[in-house]
Amino acid sequence: MTPTMSKPKKSNDSKSLPEGFTPEQLLKLYRNMVTIRAFDQRQLNLQRSGRIGFCVVSTGEEAVQAAVTAALNDTDWLFPYYRQHGMLLCRGASVESLANQLYGNDQDHAMARQMPVHYTDKEKHFVSLSSVIGTHLIHAVGAAMAAQYKGDDTVMATFIGDGGTSSNDFHSALTFAGVYKPPVVMYIINNKYAISHPVSEQCGAESLHIKGEGYGVPSVKVDGNDVIAVYEASKNAADKARRGEGPTLIECETYRMGAHSSSDDPTRYRSQDEMDEAAKKDPVTRFANQLKNWGLLDDVADKTLWDEIETMVVDQTNEAEKHGEPAWETLFDDVYAKVPESLARQRDELMARESDFPRENEGEFPL
Amino acid sequence: MATKTLLQGINDALITEMERDENVVVFGEDVGINEGVFRATSDLQKKFGKKRAYSTPLTESGIIGAAAGMSLYGLRPVPEIQFADFIYPAFDQIVSEVAKFRFRSGGQYPCPMVIRTPYGGGIRGGLYHSQSPEAYFTHTPGLQVVIPSTPSDAKGLLASAIRGDDPVIFMEPKKIYRSLKGDVPEGDYTVPIGPARIAKHGTDVSLFCYGAMVPVCETAAEKAKEKLGVDVEIVDLRTLYPMDEKSIIESVEKTGRALVVYEAPKTCGYGSEVAALIAERALDSLEAPVVRVGGFDTPFPYTLEKIYVPDALRVFLAIQDVVNYA
Repeated sequence: MTPTMSKPKKSNDSKSLPEGFTPEQLLKLYRNMVTIRAFDQRQLNLQRSGRIGFCVVSTGEEAVQAAVTAALNDTDWLFPYYRQHGMLLCRGASVESLANQLYGNDQDHAMARQMPVHYTDKEKHFVSLSSVIGTHLIHAVGAAMAAQYKGDDTVMATFIGDGGTSSNDFHSALTFAGVYKPPVVMYIINNKYAISHPVSEQCGAESLHIKGEGYGVPSVKVDGNDVIAVYEASKNAADKARRGEGPTLIECETYRMGAHSSSDDPTRYRSQDEMDEAAKKDPVTRFANQLKNWGLLDDVADKTLWDEIETMVVDQTNEAEKHGEPAWETLFDDVYAKVPESLARQRDELMARESDFPRENEGEFPL
Repeated sequence: MATKTLLQGINDALITEMERDENVVVFGEDVGINEGVFRATSDLQKKFGKKRAYSTPLTESGIIGAAAGMSLYGLRPVPEIQFADFIYPAFDQIVSEVAKFRFRSGGQYPCPMVIRTPYGGGIRGGLYHSQSPEAYFTHTPGLQVVIPSTPSDAKGLLASAIRGDDPVIFMEPKKIYRSLKGDVPEGDYTVPIGPARIAKHGTDVSLFCYGAMVPVCETAAEKAKEKLGVDVEIVDLRTLYPMDEKSIIESVEKTGRALVVYEAPKTCGYGSEVAALIAERALDSLEAPVVRVGGFDTPFPYTLEKIYVPDALRVFLAIQDVVNYA
């Protein structure tokens, strides 16, 4: 076995603190994981009560998001897919700013143009994402080539699920990364399912991370429910990239504890037993227990933390609900740098007749 | 006859054609145990087994490329692309390969298949779960493009597409998958690819439309009758390529006024082709300019979807403009 094909690391469940971490760092990791979990629970409640139209939760994948953002510099760029809003929270984006996107209101960074969970936040170096699977991986590689060209020390991190490793641009990204060795860290978040399709039927290889080796990209696999293990693998890969020593592919093995999205019913394709078994490996509970082992957390402090965060999440999502929709004319902005004449005419014709369209009575014919 | 939704009409055609021809195979993302994210492939794996109905890895170009190989070897693949918005990774396979196999091989290697894909707005799907990319495919010689708007047409056209000898892009209006019900003939049933359907006969103005815009146009036509006393003819084009030129021209010759309604961005949308045909072939019959009512020339928005997709009011106002043209 080559050194780049390491086995999943054993989790650090001993009494002594993991090497190189301060108590504050560990507690911050936990706070971030709790914030992600609480935000996801709130999303589900809002969706089920009809207050938002759609949601995607990352339940079970909090460790990866907290660990990666802790290991990277805040100025490193993230090229995410649709189940990684937790990284935004870890970088200090407010729950309200995420909720603005979910509500599709006029405060959303992207003018409510994308459906829920498709975030954009330039301030947090969280690059706009599409629903198309895998296309962004090669963007991260290209951006890394640009950083390399400019001599910057910015590292690009990009993420894809197990299903996305079958997409065209997973191949393109590894091909370019292997040839040009730019400062990029590519993550496979293997949560075992692409909607209903199990990873065992997604790929014929024994493991996903070994795909990197064939392209000359050093690859490792870690336990994605072990926040310390993901942190260490990420830090090693980011440091290596920053030293100019090229890309790394990291497979984080985890489990999608929730549905694919609010439109999905996982009981159609996986057993309750399987889900119960996976819940025993819940990364949030696991890390809480570790912190308790290390003497950094007790049940009272844990409950206080949860209460504080849950209250904050409810308050901030309620704030977002107060905002209205974007003005109609904003639809025509940002298609091009400057609105072309023909598009401006479409806009002006619509706006001239805005009063003909009393949308408050949607569904009724107003004339 | 049984009353079915459009989605059930599609499912009915798949089951009927799989029973009829053992070479018909169905596959795509989540079409097996999950029976498709919209359940269009309900019961297929149960009835026909994993050999004939199965989920694939997540690669649209892989799905269509594999379908091409199967087709060359004599199967009748009916691959599903989960949303039309995700068809672009397979664009190269469709446009460069599937569409051209027959021509480039001097007819020796035809490549018939039916690529089913849900399209269009109406489910609050934003940029990537709402698009109407039909014009890319009507612009590609070698492909047939079919869009049903009723449950019986969904069944009959899909059956014809599966039995046909050319590749078909079969686009399904997901907005009306379940909302629209109608009688669907049982068992063996086909509707020929090619002819348009006169959804409503009228004398004053022609509305050309397809897919989810047909019920929108029907509402607008009722209002036009009620508020303006205008008798609208609605032509459901349903086969976009080959185009039923004769039905379009005959309708315009009768009414002298024409509108085309579609969800895709207005510029270079399919309606532009209809308008051009009318200009070339029926100019002398026209009493008003041909009007296109389409989506705006922007990507498909989330919150402002309600103003983006043509609704009955927008179509009504356009009818009013065309009728009042002096």
